[in-house]
Amino acid sequence: MIAFKLAFRNLLGAGLRTWLIVAVLSFAYVVILFYNGMLSGWDRQGRRDTKEWEIGQGQLWHSAYDKYDLFSIQDAHGPVVGEAKKFTDKGKLTPVLIVQATAYPQGRMQGVLLKGINPDQQILKFPSSMLHQDGQEINALIGKRMALTTRLNKGDKVLIRWRDKDGTFDALEVKIADVFNCNVPAVDNGQIWIDLNTLQKMMDLPGEATLLVSGTDEINENVGPWIYKDTEFLLAELNQIIHAKKGGSMVMQAMLLIIALLAIFDTQILSIFRRQKEIGTYIALGMTRAQVVGIFTVEGATHSILATILGALYGIPLFLWLGIKGITFGVDDMGITMAETIYPYYSIGLIITTTLFVILSATIMSYLPARRISRMKPTDALKGKIQ
Amino acid sequence: MVSIKPIRDLIIIVNQRTEIMKRIFLILIGILIALTMNAQDAKAILQKVDDNMSSRNRVFESTMTIHGKRSSRTITSRSYAEGEKQSFTEYLSPARDQGTKMLKLKDQLWIYSPASDRTIQISGHLLRQSVMGSDLSYEDMMEDRKLTDVYGVKIVGVETIEGRKTTILELIAVLDDVAYYKRKMWIDAERFIPLKEELYAKGGQLLKRTTLTDVKQLQGRWFPTTIVYKDMLKEGKGTEFKITGIKFDQELPAYIFTKAALKK
Repeated sequence: MIAFKLAFRNLLGAGLRTWLIVAVLSFAYVVILFYNGMLSGWDRQGRRDTKEWEIGQGQLWHSAYDKYDLFSIQDAHGPVVGEAKKFTDKGKLTPVLIVQATAYPQGRMQGVLLKGINPDQQILKFPSSMLHQDGQEINALIGKRMALTTRLNKGDKVLIRWRDKDGTFDALEVKIADVFNCNVPAVDNGQIWIDLNTLQKMMDLPGEATLLVSGTDEINENVGPWIYKDTEFLLAELNQIIHAKKGGSMVMQAMLLIIALLAIFDTQILSIFRRQKEIGTYIALGMTRAQVVGIFTVEGATHSILATILGALYGIPLFLWLGIKGITFGVDDMGITMAETIYPYYSIGLIITTTLFVILSATIMSYLPARRISRMKPTDALKGKIQ
Repeated sequence: MVSIKPIRDLIIIVNQRTEIMKRIFLILIGILIALTMNAQDAKAILQKVDDNMSSRNRVFESTMTIHGKRSSRTITSRSYAEGEKQSFTEYLSPARDQGTKMLKLKDQLWIYSPASDRTIQISGHLLRQSVMGSDLSYEDMMEDRKLTDVYGVKIVGVETIEGRKTTILELIAVLDDVAYYKRKMWIDAERFIPLKEELYAKGGQLLKRTTLTDVKQLQGRWFPTTIVYKDMLKEGKGTEFKITGIKFDQELPAYIFTKAALKK
């Protein structure tokens, strides 16, 4: 206890120097918390949005389908029959047919994926009800990113050319019934959504689909020829990006922390050099060398305690404000699921881990120079002789 | 006493109806014969076109000008073709495409790129990509079935194109696996070469138009030396293919149509 009392007294006595170190350390502490909180927020929102808009509770793929291989699409379709049909009829699965096509917005040629979905499906948040046909016109939906790249707006008509199952060209005009706003580029970029039945007729593939989106956790294995893909598999891309971002951010966080810790290290060296008489006195009064090392280590580590208190003073209101307002990044065109506005998420685990990490690093950095004390001769120390 | 008037009337009506039926039958037979003759004529025209346009082999040098929205670029090449099944093309200019070679053997297509010193087989969806950014797809180049094997043909009219009288043929696919369900061809009535062709989607949408001009008599046959391909759904002036020199029925070394020739 005496060590803490002494540490606080000495630190407060040091005045501005202490507060400068504490300020830098608290800044590093707050930035580490903020950045990790932001990544956690992105991760949580990304997972939620991807499930709501794209993958549901998992997907069942046609055996030839490979999400990452566009060339697989041509042959990746099969009839939804048997058990899969039963689940579909109960509304627990919704089929999606994917076809490669070419769109001609304003006479420009653009490769697109034409996707068919049941307008009455309830599994995805996707506004599929807009796909109900009114009259002869085929209604289509596109996302905000697709609208931006094709310069198409609600009510516009666009000519689409595709090949049916035999490879024969066909073309027709579709009407953009709506432009939806979602954070998942995988259902937006380069895609045009139309009614499933219409697409099946266009392709001459009645009752067929490329994949089935599950709306229930009851389905967790292959259903007939359909291969089950769980949410972790489908979210792997997002997980990898978050993981990579966390890795990249560690460099910046480490730099900030090193600056603060160097200041502590430097202060400790200076203290031990300038306070040799004090060290000699402690030993003369009966303290062991280890106890004196402890006093100096605690003194250095106390910087981090003050830093966490200071960080909390301005960090808590800042984080609360950011938690309500969020951080807006604008429209994402990077092809990854990212909300326009991210609301950082600070878990108890994150706060405790970060606090312990900062305190532990500061303690180690304080201990390293303090080890010199154990090699001092008390008599020389009392005399203030440089050792 | 039974009156015979109703019976007589009935006989007259039956006779009249039989006469009408006969006439209808004759008209139908006439239409059928006319249609058959039309189809035969159309098929004969198409056969003459095939005979005129095809040769045992040919060697030609050409320029392909791709008209973009802002600028145009021209690619020159030398090609060797044997029938419709085998062809070999070497790009001569511009510098960035020089040395690129393309080999077609039946339904397979390879491209050799000198920059990477690699030979790639173009298959599946890659065949649907544009050739060097032009309005032509690799698949358009791969079509080697005779039109008469794939399409049912009939004459739908006559038209004069740049002073030449043409017969308009309409070709409708008789097989399922055909890229273009319907084609329209304007055939020079005297020279039996196509002067214009339109390719349609199943739904009737016009997809591509080909215009063939600069018809010259070469080695005793009439041949169009300028062909403009235009993707009708896309803006732009299309792709102009000009034959600068052509020789038919030459002695071609067999190695040309082998993969080894790509790296030579």
